[in-house]
Amino acid sequence: MITPENTAQAPEPGKRDFLKLFLGGGIVAWLIAVCYPILAYLKPPVQSEVEVHSVKAGKLSAFEKDSGTIVRFGNKPVILIRTANGNLRAFSATCTHLACTVQYRKDFGVIWCACHNGKYDLNGRNISGPPPRPLDEYRVVVQGEEVFISQKS
Amino acid sequence: MKTLLRKMYKWIDSRVELDDLVKFMGKKYVPINRHSIWYYFGGVSLFLFIIQVITGILLLMYYKGSEDLAFESIQFIMSKVQFGWLIRSIHSWAANLFILAIFVHMFSVFFTKAYRSPREITWLTGMVMLLLAFGFGFSGYLLPWNELAFFATRVGTDIVGILPVIGEPILVFLRAGEDVTGGTLSRFFGIHVAVLPGIFTVLLTIHLLLVQRQGMSEPIDAHHDTERKTMPFFPNFLLRDLLFWLIVLNILAILAVFFPWELGKKADAFASAPAGIKPEWYFLFMYQTLRYLPAHILFVDGELLGVLLFGAAGVLWALVPFWDKKSSRGEQNRFVNYLGLFAVIFIIVLTIIGWLI
Repeated sequence: MITPENTAQAPEPGKRDFLKLFLGGGIVAWLIAVCYPILAYLKPPVQSEVEVHSVKAGKLSAFEKDSGTIVRFGNKPVILIRTANGNLRAFSATCTHLACTVQYRKDFGVIWCACHNGKYDLNGRNISGPPPRPLDEYRVVVQGEEVFISQKS
Repeated sequence: MKTLLRKMYKWIDSRVELDDLVKFMGKKYVPINRHSIWYYFGGVSLFLFIIQVITGILLLMYYKGSEDLAFESIQFIMSKVQFGWLIRSIHSWAANLFILAIFVHMFSVFFTKAYRSPREITWLTGMVMLLLAFGFGFSGYLLPWNELAFFATRVGTDIVGILPVIGEPILVFLRAGEDVTGGTLSRFFGIHVAVLPGIFTVLLTIHLLLVQRQGMSEPIDAHHDTERKTMPFFPNFLLRDLLFWLIVLNILAILAVFFPWELGKKADAFASAPAGIKPEWYFLFMYQTLRYLPAHILFVDGELLGVLLFGAAGVLWALVPFWDKKSSRGEQNRFVNYLGLFAVIFIIVLTIIGWLI
């Protein structure tokens, strides 16, 4: 209840506005001080990874003709294909659609993704299904018996 | 014994006025009409949720939420722990029955228009709980850390990632990084056993209090009857409720014992996605729809358009009490029936197609 006596005691408008601003600003600042650390905490820290430019996939004799093998390239999977006539090709094994890992289908002679039936030819080009882009290609080098996979510059 | 119980009751009553509550329960009546059967599905959903809480806590006693131990700890539960196979199988089966029960509950409320004024808040809390149930399903699916779960999570979070602007930050938040790793498992574990149950319990409390406070909704045409038939909530309706729970418990036991939930192969980030991989049945209709969309529709990414359309449809569905004014006035609204029918047929047909292909 505001009685005449009360109004007389009430702070002047300017003072009241200042107090409102001070209090409101204080609450906002407090909220930020609480929320910021929580949000920052939830953001996963960037972990420094050893950058991989090239990996040794294994011995040539280990890769049969007309087959595909998933090879670790740093923390990414790469698919190494040995075609029916013995050529070696390597592509990123991560499907460009929704990031499942692809596999080689002997029966169709294509690279296939089981998740949504996406298909790529043996040049990594998306030929059917939902994939929007071709697979990234890697360079394959054979030195003696050893097969090396490296990033295309 | 009886006098002791009476004394205890008196003791509590003198402090918190229990009598009012008991009188309220005693005077509570449930309407009887040709749609009464649907009243039980809310209770069945509640029962299955309680089972999930109990079996979930039991699984927590042995489960280890890390990349190296998750799969092995469930193997341990299923092979070494006494009745471990049963507890895990019940948890998995009850999760599926829970989703089924809330689907039936939601559609029955939709078709009888029980969402209409003054029960909008009950409907809204229910819709949010439906969304949380999907969250429970999706996060819980990853916890065994098997092959199927690994790729399901990769695809599911990748779909979130295609949303413009907010997609990428949400993806990184959910995965705890760019890829699905042990970090993702930790997050999903925390979300599944702490975040979701906490929010769900608050909503469930509001939902149930509102149902008690407002009583059961009656179909619109029931108002024309001159004489309304009812039955007392206590004990008549409650006993029928319990009978339904018993039936569900039996179904659950049969499923869990004779069709034990499989564990599959441990997830391997460097293995190809296995042939025949599919999402859980309650995501199948969305999965199948997305498969039918071309990669690009008028310069827009087909998948993005699909996700946005499903989102928009979900929001419209949740807001039905606010745009269906006719039902709130007690008039028939055929459009809502046709829309509901379309949704049911759409979901069933695409689920079956997704299942068969």
